Amino acid sequence: MKPRNSGSVVRLAAPLRALAQRFSFLLLVLASVALMMVGKIDALSVDSARARVTDAFAPILDAISRPAATAAHVVESVVQVQNAFEENQRLKAENARLLQWKQAALRLEAENLSLRSLLKATPEPSSSFITARVIAAPGSSFLRTLVVTAGRRDGVRKGQAAIAGSGLVGRVIEVGEWSARILLLTDINTRIPVVLERSRQRAVMAGDNSDQTRLLYLPPEAPVQVGERVVTSGHGGQFPPGLPVGVVSSASERGVRVQPNVDLSRVEHLQLVEFALPGSEAEPSSEPK
Amino acid sequence: MTLTLWQRLDKTGRNLAPFAVTVMLALAGMIPVPLPGYASVAPFLTAIAVYYWAIHRPDLMGPGTAFLIGLLQDLLTGGPLGVNALVLVLVHWAVSSQRRVLVSSTFALMWFGFALVMMGVACIQWLAFTVLQAAVLPFKPALFQALLTMAFFPAVAWMLIRVHRAFLQG
Repeated sequence: MKPRNSGSVVRLAAPLRALAQRFSFLLLVLASVALMMVGKIDALSVDSARARVTDAFAPILDAISRPAATAAHVVESVVQVQNAFEENQRLKAENARLLQWKQAALRLEAENLSLRSLLKATPEPSSSFITARVIAAPGSSFLRTLVVTAGRRDGVRKGQAAIAGSGLVGRVIEVGEWSARILLLTDINTRIPVVLERSRQRAVMAGDNSDQTRLLYLPPEAPVQVGERVVTSGHGGQFPPGLPVGVVSSASERGVRVQPNVDLSRVEHLQLVEFALPGSEAEPSSEPK
Repeated sequence: MTLTLWQRLDKTGRNLAPFAVTVMLALAGMIPVPLPGYASVAPFLTAIAVYYWAIHRPDLMGPGTAFLIGLLQDLLTGGPLGVNALVLVLVHWAVSSQRRVLVSSTFALMWFGFALVMMGVACIQWLAFTVLQAAVLPFKPALFQALLTMAFFPAVAWMLIRVHRAFLQG
């Protein structure tokens, strides 16, 4: 009885297996499409799964990104030695100019302080920052994100601003235990309320996966000059006002484009800054993902 | 013939080589390279690995494995879930439908086959992202990524052949 039984199971299983093999491609394709839909519908649990997997691979990514960074440093230092003389001249001139600015800034700071004390203005909210190293950048044509080595246990929170050197780089969109993901300014999902520094014209800066970003919702008659600085406006409470973002690189009928201050392909370390803005915690729903 | 425990462990370890190498390539593809504009055209290394192993060791790189590697890549790159999984499953499908031709072909023909597959990959990626973003995205970066991946093919394939000879033959 038993052998015959197992024989019939085999006889039944063989065509089933052949069928499964034939349809496995179809099943896997359907599974992929289903995953895409799940990602659209239940973005939160997908985010947490992503954070866990990124956490798990962060040590490996950290280890393999170091030699690459070292190689880049070596190449860069060779180039720097070649240009040392010109660079020195340029820096001297720049230093002289900056010293003047420093004097101006000190004078303004003192003046500000005394005026504030007269007005009883509330002090600026204090900000704290966490420095993190960039360990991965996905090689994809349609994504602009970075993975950094700092996570929840270092105090990273969703929505924090990522700043490198001279300006905004992006913001934290996903936090793991010891890694976090930054959505760059140039990603197609990024929308940042900005203001043109001189004309005080408000706009929304949007990425389009290229190296530059676009300004949306600018009135057509708005006077936009190439070279004008673009800073965050502070609307929406995500970023504080006045954070430098970039400069206008071209303005035509086809739109206004902004060159980010920071070269996003060369960011190695960045600061994740918590700006203690009132009401900034109250909008996790503004994620565009 | 019965194998001892160590022999079985050794065999299993060797059989995991295609999977392990492909995962390593997925991680290597995420190393930040400080070149302007590189990130958008970084070669799609896992496609090369899936293509190679699907031709030479389809028993060790089945469609399910390709799917898992694509899923891992989706999770690591932070992109929409399922896109890379779909792409790698379709690469596997394209190879297995033409496997008889490819397995006995010259390297040049294999490269040419990969070029065709990569053009399909670029189209699928572009289509998937366009649908998921509900916006028409530029096709150019995907095209350049495909071209760069084709250029990387000989180097990566050479490495895979070395791995193949070292772990799975003899």
